[in-house]
Amino acid sequence: MKKIYSRIEAIAGNVITVHAGGVRNGELAVVSSAGQSSLAEVIRLREEKVSLQVFAGSRGISTGDRVRFLGHPMRVSFSADLLGRIFDGGGKPRDNGPELDENMIEIGGPAVNPAQRIIPRNMIRTNIPMIDLFNSLVESQKLPVFSVSGEPYNPLLARIALQAEVDLIILGGMGLKHDDYLFFKETLEKGGALNRTVFFVHTASDPIVECLLVPDIALAVAEGFALQGRKVLVLLSDMTNFADALKEIAITMEQVPSNRGYPGDLYSQLAARYEKAVDFSGAGSITILGVTTMPGDDVTHPVPDNTGYITEGQYYLKNGRIEPFGSLSRLKQLVNKDTRADHRALMDSMITLYAAYKESLEKKAMGFKMTDWDRKLLKYGVIFEREMMDLSVNIPLETALDNGWRILASCFSPEETRLRSELLRKYWPSREGESD
Amino acid sequence: MTKGRVVGINGNMVTVEVAGDVTMNEVAYVSCAGKKLKSEVIRIRGRLAEMQVFEMSRGIGVGDEVEFTAELLSVRLGPGLLAQVYDGLQNPLPELAAQCGFFLERGVYLSPLDEKKEWPFTPTAGPGDTVSAGDALGTVPEGIFSHRIMVPFQFREPLRVERIVPAGSYRILDTIAELSDEKGNRFPVTMTFTWPVKRPVTCYRERLRPVEPLVTQIRIIDTFIPVARGGTYCIPGPFGAGKTVLQQVTSRNADVDIVIIAACGERAGEVVETLREFPKLADPRTGRTLMERTVIICNTSSMPVAAREASVYTAITLAEYYRQMGLHILLLADSTSRWAQALREMSGRLEEIPGEEAFPAYLESVIAGFYERAGLVRLRDRSSGSITIGGTVSPAGGNFDEPVTQSTLKVVGAFHGLSRERSDARKYPAIHPLESWSKYPGLIHAPGTEYARDILFRGNEVGQMMKVVGEEGTALEDYELYLKSEFIDSVYLQQDSYDPVDAAVPTERQRHVFRLLFKVLASRFDFGSKEMARFFFNQLRQKFLDYNGSPWQGDDFRRYEDEIRSFLETKRSGEDEEGGRILKELGSDTAGDPS
Ligand SMILES: Nc1ncnc2c1ncn2[C@@H]1O[C@H](COP(=O)(O)OP(=O)(O)OP(=O)(O)O)[C@@H](O)[C@H]1O
Ligand SMILES: [Mg+2]
Repeated sequence: MKKIYSRIEAIAGNVITVHAGGVRNGELAVVSSAGQSSLAEVIRLREEKVSLQVFAGSRGISTGDRVRFLGHPMRVSFSADLLGRIFDGGGKPRDNGPELDENMIEIGGPAVNPAQRIIPRNMIRTNIPMIDLFNSLVESQKLPVFSVSGEPYNPLLARIALQAEVDLIILGGMGLKHDDYLFFKETLEKGGALNRTVFFVHTASDPIVECLLVPDIALAVAEGFALQGRKVLVLLSDMTNFADALKEIAITMEQVPSNRGYPGDLYSQLAARYEKAVDFSGAGSITILGVTTMPGDDVTHPVPDNTGYITEGQYYLKNGRIEPFGSLSRLKQLVNKDTRADHRALMDSMITLYAAYKESLEKKAMGFKMTDWDRKLLKYGVIFEREMMDLSVNIPLETALDNGWRILASCFSPEETRLRSELLRKYWPSREGESD
Repeated sequence: MTKGRVVGINGNMVTVEVAGDVTMNEVAYVSCAGKKLKSEVIRIRGRLAEMQVFEMSRGIGVGDEVEFTAELLSVRLGPGLLAQVYDGLQNPLPELAAQCGFFLERGVYLSPLDEKKEWPFTPTAGPGDTVSAGDALGTVPEGIFSHRIMVPFQFREPLRVERIVPAGSYRILDTIAELSDEKGNRFPVTMTFTWPVKRPVTCYRERLRPVEPLVTQIRIIDTFIPVARGGTYCIPGPFGAGKTVLQQVTSRNADVDIVIIAACGERAGEVVETLREFPKLADPRTGRTLMERTVIICNTSSMPVAAREASVYTAITLAEYYRQMGLHILLLADSTSRWAQALREMSGRLEEIPGEEAFPAYLESVIAGFYERAGLVRLRDRSSGSITIGGTVSPAGGNFDEPVTQSTLKVVGAFHGLSRERSDARKYPAIHPLESWSKYPGLIHAPGTEYARDILFRGNEVGQMMKVVGEEGTALEDYELYLKSEFIDSVYLQQDSYDPVDAAVPTERQRHVFRLLFKVLASRFDFGSKEMARFFFNQLRQKFLDYNGSPWQGDDFRRYEDEIRSFLETKRSGEDEEGGRILKELGSDTAGDPS
């Protein structure tokens, strides 16, 4: 057993400093006082001066507490026993189940060799038209939901998780409200998915440092399962809390902030997590669906901004709907060529017309004269929002496509849609008013 | 060999106490858990050397041993670089995968070039010849190129060829010649040597001004904001605006010999597309695969940050090596902002005084120094070679008023600014036609593009005005101008990168199509009403888009062109005087124009 140090020299923020020898960068230690103990991680070394970040926070830590180094970095137990279990950000059970200590694996491991990646090819069906039809989600994609706080992003995540055909779900909660945590638990339980789910949940009342560990723990476990051939869906809610935790530590460490107080390496930190999304050739995959709440509905805020530069698109949630503008799946073209022959063309045509509807709406608001064409668009926009954008719509892609044709036919003549004649001949609903 | 021991660790920066001499930018290896981790000296203070570690620094401890190599951070040059996929330190990624599997294992450094492969060498120099650094001693065929085996760039004085091997098969480490200096020192030379990445290669006779267009086959670029061979340009834009797609199409279609792609701190998935597709795509000019003219330097966002900083230098050094063979190279760096951020992270750890947005004060000169390595040069044998650099910039919040964009704009010759508004409207490529600029000459007779630009500008003003006063409050004449500017935008500036024909428009076709477009622009019309004007331009646009999608000089192409011409006549009432004059001038420089 390693030596115990009992002299803490400095405590600032959640960082403590001790004098110790033979310590390695990233190593774990246990800090214990009379009543409590917490894990801590070495984040800086200067000769014998060792700085550690205390997971449970520094509140109540005294200079006389004992620090015992463990000789290894942060790890998590990895086995099928994890399934159905709930842990906190530090990997401790939250559910009265036994603590797991078998087959410990390191978290925050190395990146996948780009030469070993393959081009993603499988669509993940969600039965949400704004996703399946307009911005298809692809296995191994990393995609956040950009949202103003107060929007139903957690219900959206839970619904996609239940609907998606994946083997395992891993939920990483960061700064999650307790109610939201219970919501996830109950929803997944009701949906019969609890036994293929692992929770790593940091709630708003837990120590901030544990928030930092959540993505790494969740993704290390996901990686383990993916290497065993499983399709894993990782839900991360809310990554803005993770970024704020990074900011707090950076300020404690007196790093020079780059933008609104966030550290200069925010991009690299976020990328290190999101880039864990992968399709292993010959094994499983990791898909990451995150939530990034946007302070003040501002996409240029450093957190959504850096996220947008990293992820493969985003779903923009506003007024309870996924907005067609601002939302983007950068991988959709890899899968929507193989769904149905009309998918791409219908998608483009409907969006173009919806954009035209918005213009007419604006013109109307300015009091300009409405033409026949404007009136058609105004009718279309309302139906589009009701039948495509409303989140309560829950239909397979094929039905959504059929509905799309029906909506177009109820508002426009065929040539007004600018769709190719060959598609119109095949898909344009006949006059008899049939409704499929 | 100088040694030292670790005394401090902060992120990927390690402080080392050194016993002996160290050099700035020298490479050293930190021993950690049986592995030797590559690092570079970035500051020296007394007996302390501060080094950036090119690997994850987890597990390094105070007291760990450090070995200095006395060599600057370098790349290995020689035949066999083409078609390779390297990380930022020239580690070959496919070979690494074969050895280590799915993940990047730290501390494993493989030879960048195949040392066993035999190359058929043909000498071009003979005993008694006087040669200098960068002069050819012989050649080996590398794909479609004749790869010059050169006198290593390090030699400063002219040398005498004492001995050279006869034509035959040799491996890169075999001695192929022996050179001697005035003092009689003898130097054996192989087909490979190393060169420090941060030192520009200058073994050429002179630098020339870049004036010849580098054809990208993207209309808006070649016609309105051209790039020159040996020039520099940047593509700033908010996320998702289309920077990477623009570079991907350029890497396929640009008229150069070699493309070097520096994927610097961006998504691994994007490199994978290139990596998997280029070996299958044929290069129309050579019939060989695109991969054979491409080198990929790939240090994506989750790979170590220090190696990201090195990666752009690795890329430019490889470019300089091939330029020295009289070839034309295009270096595409995506994204230079990630490289600047790597500088910022390290500057922060060094506790340097920060400048704007915490970027180091020397950011501007570092960026300038990098772009300065582009250029068109005349070599000692009078042939010429060029390096063109195109870098993307990812400004925070999409706001160009930030240090990296601003520093870059000061040094580049062309600015292709992407606009969020245009990408949201799916107007690709989303380059802003009015804000972007270029100092280089384009493919088209300049008064022609000026005339078209003027219409774009004035039409845009009318469009802005119309948002306030509505269509009703706009004069027919202004409305026509507006429609013309929209027409230029939709049939010429926008281009479908995913359409097999429209994706790449060669010089001849661009000149031809521009002339037809110009005819429309210079025309006066008799519309009578705005509805009629709009209807006319809608029809014309539809025909023009079909025309753009038809193979060059095929039946459809000719048919659509005839249709456009006769449809134009139905409403054309005359010609603008200046426009008519320019149209004649355009005709004269459009060889083979059928009209
Ligand atoms: N020329 C184009 N034609 C059609 N679609 C395009 C084009 N350019 C971009 N897009 C669309 O926009 C998406 C984003 O483009 P791209 O990845 O090039 O953006 P970017 O500017 O590199 O973003 P980031 O800064 O986040 O890397 C693409 O996935 C594609 O759907
Ligand atoms: Mg990009």
